[in-house]
Amino acid sequence: MTAHFVGAYNAFAANGAAGSPPWLKEIRERAIARFAEVGFPTTRLEQWRFTNVQPISETPFALHRASWELGPVSAGVTVSTLGSAVATAPDFLQAHLGRYASVETSPFTALATAFLADGIVIRVAPQAVLAEPIRVTCRIPSGSNPMTHPRLLIVVERGAQAKIVEAYEGDAQVVSLTNGVTEVVVEEGAQLDICREQREGAQSNHVAASHFHQARDSRLVFTTVALGAGLVRHDIHAVLDGSGAYLILNGLSVLGGHQHVDHHTTIEHAKPHCESHEYFNGVFDGESRGVFNGRIIVRPGAQRTDSKQTNNNLLLSSAARADSQPQLEIYADDVKCTHGSTVGPLDPTALFYLRSRGLGAAEARALLTYGFGAEILDRIAVPGARERLDGEIRARLGVAGSAA
Amino acid sequence: MTPPLLEIKNLHATVEGNEILKGVDLTVRLGEVHAIMGPNGSGKSTLAQLLAGHPAYTVTAGSVRYEGKDLFELDPEERAREGLFLAFQYPVSIRGITNSYFLRSAVNAIRKHKGLPELDPLDFLQVLEDKLKAIGWDDSFMNRAVNEGFSGGEKKRNEILQLAVLEPRLAVLDETDSGLDIDALKTVAGAVNALRSTDRSFVVVTHYQRLLNYIVPDFVHVLAEGRIVRSGGKELALTLEEKGYAGAGVGGAA
Repeated sequence: MTAHFVGAYNAFAANGAAGSPPWLKEIRERAIARFAEVGFPTTRLEQWRFTNVQPISETPFALHRASWELGPVSAGVTVSTLGSAVATAPDFLQAHLGRYASVETSPFTALATAFLADGIVIRVAPQAVLAEPIRVTCRIPSGSNPMTHPRLLIVVERGAQAKIVEAYEGDAQVVSLTNGVTEVVVEEGAQLDICREQREGAQSNHVAASHFHQARDSRLVFTTVALGAGLVRHDIHAVLDGSGAYLILNGLSVLGGHQHVDHHTTIEHAKPHCESHEYFNGVFDGESRGVFNGRIIVRPGAQRTDSKQTNNNLLLSSAARADSQPQLEIYADDVKCTHGSTVGPLDPTALFYLRSRGLGAAEARALLTYGFGAEILDRIAVPGARERLDGEIRARLGVAGSAA
Repeated sequence: MTPPLLEIKNLHATVEGNEILKGVDLTVRLGEVHAIMGPNGSGKSTLAQLLAGHPAYTVTAGSVRYEGKDLFELDPEERAREGLFLAFQYPVSIRGITNSYFLRSAVNAIRKHKGLPELDPLDFLQVLEDKLKAIGWDDSFMNRAVNEGFSGGEKKRNEILQLAVLEPRLAVLDETDSGLDIDALKTVAGAVNALRSTDRSFVVVTHYQRLLNYIVPDFVHVLAEGRIVRSGGKELALTLEEKGYAGAGVGGAA
């Protein structure tokens, strides 16, 4: 069914995108050529072994634009639509767009890049320290089988500090495809916190690629929380490309029903003296399914790399399932890399411990489950975001009150 | 006369089909401190965990009455709410839940059972500070996840802090001295002594006499091969220390 999507591209190129500058048309042409060549991935491919996207490929999705909501914007940052940035900052865009999210990385990224038009560009000026977090919400339009390709480009320039909430929301009733690509550049000495929230409806297919590029002494804390959508596939690729770069990659999935989430993460230590900490937790109820593939690459010469990865999966029903695959590829000798993963039901000894302190069985189960989420949420430093997500997860798990 | 706080009669229990307790009898009255000593594998920890309601053990015969009630009619949480507390030999770590949140949840579960209003975070903080002051500790581990990354000494201190805050009628200490160096042992024993009172009883399970130098019991019982084989005053512990379990005529490995 690649043909349907190529056809949609041809219509898009002839109409909506016809007036674009040649450099942008060229990016799109290369991308659609790549997509037409490789088509949708099948479960025969190692990277897609656990996630079947055939239903996506067989749905006659129609191209739509997402509806974007932007919160108030502080001094020191420029937030614009991709369309206006094409006119006002073409050099800036050409320097970054598609440079990190290569169309070779995934057929979905190729497809998203072919339709490159709908997005938001955030540029934080050098040394600016933003007073308030920037909130960007991407809402799925209603309609029949809407397909959107929301694109975010975030560049935090030298020494700047910013916090961003990147939210994806949608209608519970719509069979949709969100195929998003986010490119993030954290320049030398800059600091960025991103909290990504995904709460699309149960019929939605949410495919996303987040690409991070970090320069010397930069710091990025990225948290992604998957609460919604029927099928989620999120590829995260971070390149620590300057010594002293620091990354926290923090993920939480709380799913039930027939939901399916697949996180594929790659952390690339390209330069020496970088530090990365990766924490992914999943809570799976009903017949939901979690996949975590965490790859850490230490390039030759990236000495003194310090990398830690943990993936903990809690199965709340006998029909829920989680697969965890760490992959370490180390090409330097003076490094510290550790990983650990767990998959299983609630620990009966821990349940007994809580009950022996007076907590009822249901309350004890809810508290232990909540702990899987709280552990991740506690690392969110974006004002308001942690509290809101905490409230949602408490409500979902039936845990009363507020953490003290 | 009021019934004993705890009355164990001819208690038999199995784990995975193996009989561990083979007829234990023990009576504890309010305000008393009983030490239960015994060689490894004698059933000491089984007895302690069984009293708290650990699901791994099956009672095959005998009875336990707590404040006159059949203990086995109560779920673990009901026992806790009725004032029974077990300090675990191996305290469990709980990811993502801070110690103070956990303690407040436990206090409120017990308060609710007693018909008292629940404490909000600020009220609870006040209670906690008072308790910490009473046992002479600081609040350094209150905002860390429960027992996560705690040292052996910190875990045991945390158990005693829970004891202090939950104010049980019957506290069972399961090898609280294991894994503690002498300084940590003194700290923990000092806190336990501060919590002794005429309306609280202790059952102190230990392999070594050393702990009983600091927590001086009213009665000492020797458990061997699933039964209490000797009972006496605090001097019995010294005899055991001198002669060893085997030398004192008690079976099992010394």
